[in-house]
Amino acid sequence: MTRRGRTLWIVGVAVALLVAGFVSWYASGSPDGLEWAAEEAGFAHTAEDSAVAGSPFADYLWNGEENRLSAGAAGVVGVLLTLALAGGVTWLLRRRGTTTTGQN
Amino acid sequence: MCNKVDAVHVPDGFLDPATSLATGALAAGTVALALRKARAELDDRTAPLAGLTAAFVFAGQMLNFPIAAGTSGHLIGAVLTAVLVGPWTAVLCMTAVLLVQAVLFADGGITALGTNVTLMGLVAVVVGYGVFRGLSAVLPRTRTGVLAATGVAAFLSVPASALAFVGLFALGATVDVPMGAVVSAMTGVHLLIGIGEAAITVAVVGAVLAVRPDLVHGARGLRTSALLEDRRPAAAGATR
Repeated sequence: MTRRGRTLWIVGVAVALLVAGFVSWYASGSPDGLEWAAEEAGFAHTAEDSAVAGSPFADYLWNGEENRLSAGAAGVVGVLLTLALAGGVTWLLRRRGTTTTGQN
Repeated sequence: MCNKVDAVHVPDGFLDPATSLATGALAAGTVALALRKARAELDDRTAPLAGLTAAFVFAGQMLNFPIAAGTSGHLIGAVLTAVLVGPWTAVLCMTAVLLVQAVLFADGGITALGTNVTLMGLVAVVVGYGVFRGLSAVLPRTRTGVLAATGVAAFLSVPASALAFVGLFALGATVDVPMGAVVSAMTGVHLLIGIGEAAITVAVVGAVLAVRPDLVHGARGLRTSALLEDRRPAAAGATR
């Protein structure tokens, strides 16, 4: 990666970590569009618990603890895992030593 | 103010097993195709942006914003990803986000994973990127033109996903409810969420266009003319 590419990447990852690890605490806790519509239309009760509802990070909290540290840790772990998974797959798939766009 | 992020995707149980199997097969086929096609979009410079964009979408999806009394919405990020890194890569990035959410955070059901990939990784990308390309063909080939096309595409991608869910629900609901109520509830709320989607998407694509227009997949056609003119002089001497 070039120096400017690296700067963009580092700033981007920092913003994602900040949003997921800190800002997300202040997100709206109201039901989202699908949940709201499911209540309105009368099928919300058909939702079942996920098979991994007992996961230590279920509902974006560490062991269900409702505090900033627990929520922040979940967000940070999620960002890093997504970065590793998507970044790893796309890095392996890339055409090496080439650029799609030429010089600039 | 909130102390937890609610589950925000299709949970297990909304759709019957046959429909979930069908969307699972569709999602798996789409991802397999994307694994081949994305190669053309990825090189040494764009691949790192793809991982970053996926991580950013994960973070963005945690930020539920209030849209009306007692309702919230959150970013999908399909158009954001498709415009930044290309539509096939967007399928892979969205799938990675949804996989991490379903497996680690119990957000979106496990048997509903195929449904969520179909709605947000396939429908939102296809409709959103299709609208983006269509508008790009008629709008001026400028930064403003790219951002306008991006905004409209992002806006429409949300109701498109919602309506795709309604279609699946019509085929495979596990409970008998009036479809008219489902259509109106889903459409109204997701048109509002689409406005937030457009605002966030335009802000992020605009920011990347301002610093690295050469990395933006959806702005490739502009590179030689419009964008080069307003690059900062310092960029010419920057290490590459």
